[in-house]
Amino acid sequence: MLLIACPWCGERDELEFHYGGQAHVAYPADPEGLSDGEWGEYLFVRDNTKGPFAERWSHAAGCRRWFNVVRHTVTHEILAVQSNRPVAAGQPKPVIA
Amino acid sequence: MSHQLPEHPDWLWRTPDPKRSYDVVIVGAGGHGLATAYYLARNHGITNVAVLERGWLAGGNMARNTTIIRSNYLCEESAALYEHALKLWEVLPQELEYDFLFSQRGVLNLAHTLQDVREGTRRVNANRLGGVDAEWLDTDQVREFCPIVNTSPDVRYPVLGATLQPRAGIAKHDHVAWALARKADEYGVDLIQGCEVTGFLRDGDRVVGVRTSRGPISAGRVALAAAGHSSVLADLAGLRLPVQSHPLQALVSELLEPVHPTVVMSNHVHVYVSQAHKGELVMGAGVDSYNGYGQRGSFHQIEHQMAAALELFPIFARAHVLRTWGGIVDVTPDASPIIGPTPIENLYLNCGWGTGGFKATPSSGWVYAHTIATGEPHPLNAPFALERFTTGALIDEHGAAAVAH
Repeated sequence: MLLIACPWCGERDELEFHYGGQAHVAYPADPEGLSDGEWGEYLFVRDNTKGPFAERWSHAAGCRRWFNVVRHTVTHEILAVQSNRPVAAGQPKPVIA
Repeated sequence: MSHQLPEHPDWLWRTPDPKRSYDVVIVGAGGHGLATAYYLARNHGITNVAVLERGWLAGGNMARNTTIIRSNYLCEESAALYEHALKLWEVLPQELEYDFLFSQRGVLNLAHTLQDVREGTRRVNANRLGGVDAEWLDTDQVREFCPIVNTSPDVRYPVLGATLQPRAGIAKHDHVAWALARKADEYGVDLIQGCEVTGFLRDGDRVVGVRTSRGPISAGRVALAAAGHSSVLADLAGLRLPVQSHPLQALVSELLEPVHPTVVMSNHVHVYVSQAHKGELVMGAGVDSYNGYGQRGSFHQIEHQMAAALELFPIFARAHVLRTWGGIVDVTPDASPIIGPTPIENLYLNCGWGTGGFKATPSSGWVYAHTIATGEPHPLNAPFALERFTTGALIDEHGAAAVAH
């Protein structure tokens, strides 16, 4: 069971949250210019990191806001919690320590 | 259920040192890797094969699953693949000369809502059209087939009926692995444990071998069969996979006398239960929602599946949990596996079985061996190619996968 620190509500049990998968996946800047392969990549392929992983959570049973968490996918240690500032296409992703 | 467990022979396979070169190197000595090696030898005469295992043979998901075998899938591509497996399960104990206690006690998939009833009857019809045995049971017939199911109408989610696949069942998973390993070894396949793959040997665009913790090994073809760690391995080759790894856990009760005559699954209250030959009740439920490689799951999943089990089987109220464990399953966007060549020459991929790989073991090995031997997919795995995530020809099997992912 994870204990997740919602940036607005504080520490809450995992059960209050909804998982949103990898963070910082930007919508394609030029959707009409994408090949089928690039569309498939955008729709279906995500990082599947063994180690520190930036991911999205929503405090579904609380304030209902989305935010980002860096969690180690082996130890489940939560290394960082960041409020949700989406990264625009072409901008560098936050560095995961 | 009166069977005694088979004796465990002292030596089932050799423990050779790796040679410097093989025709085929299979990465992962789980059920699928071992079945692939067995059928490479048996069906294609390819015996200069090594199966490399980071840990110990069949110590990953093969040791952690709930041993259920069935082929009542909805999409015709999946039903054909799993039914091929079921037909192989029916002959394998004799062929491998090893009684791994394959018990065709049937599987019930319960319906608790009108939507469940519609989905179930539709799947029965689809199965029959595809040559898979399937029946629809009403509530009284469910009670008759499995008397310990609570069929009272006075519960939150009453049992409105069930699909029944009579030929489905369970098998002793460890013994399946050992039986396949012994026969593969007899054909001359090298089963090498404690040998981690750390990279790939490349010649331009081609893979020509693997780097391992026990030195480089060159190979004509390299076949991945690493389940939850497939994307970690593929990363080493520069290949990104449409796969997410999640913890899936199961538990067993203390040993009970035989009370549970069949396999019961319920998507709606979400638990699946069978009784092992020794007497444990074996239970599972859904995956944890988040990615993970920690081989353990969340406690709330256990609470959830225990609550569901008690609703369906009040008789279990005093059973104690003996142990729980978790495996890492590789889930694809359409809940169907990926089996076939990769964009990298001589590198083959078998992954994405999600929560349902054990039942497919023989057929997974059969079609993967064909693909590796010929360079082309077998007709049964052609629809399961990696390209479907580009073409959009997905095999959306979430419903009949029976476990929430």
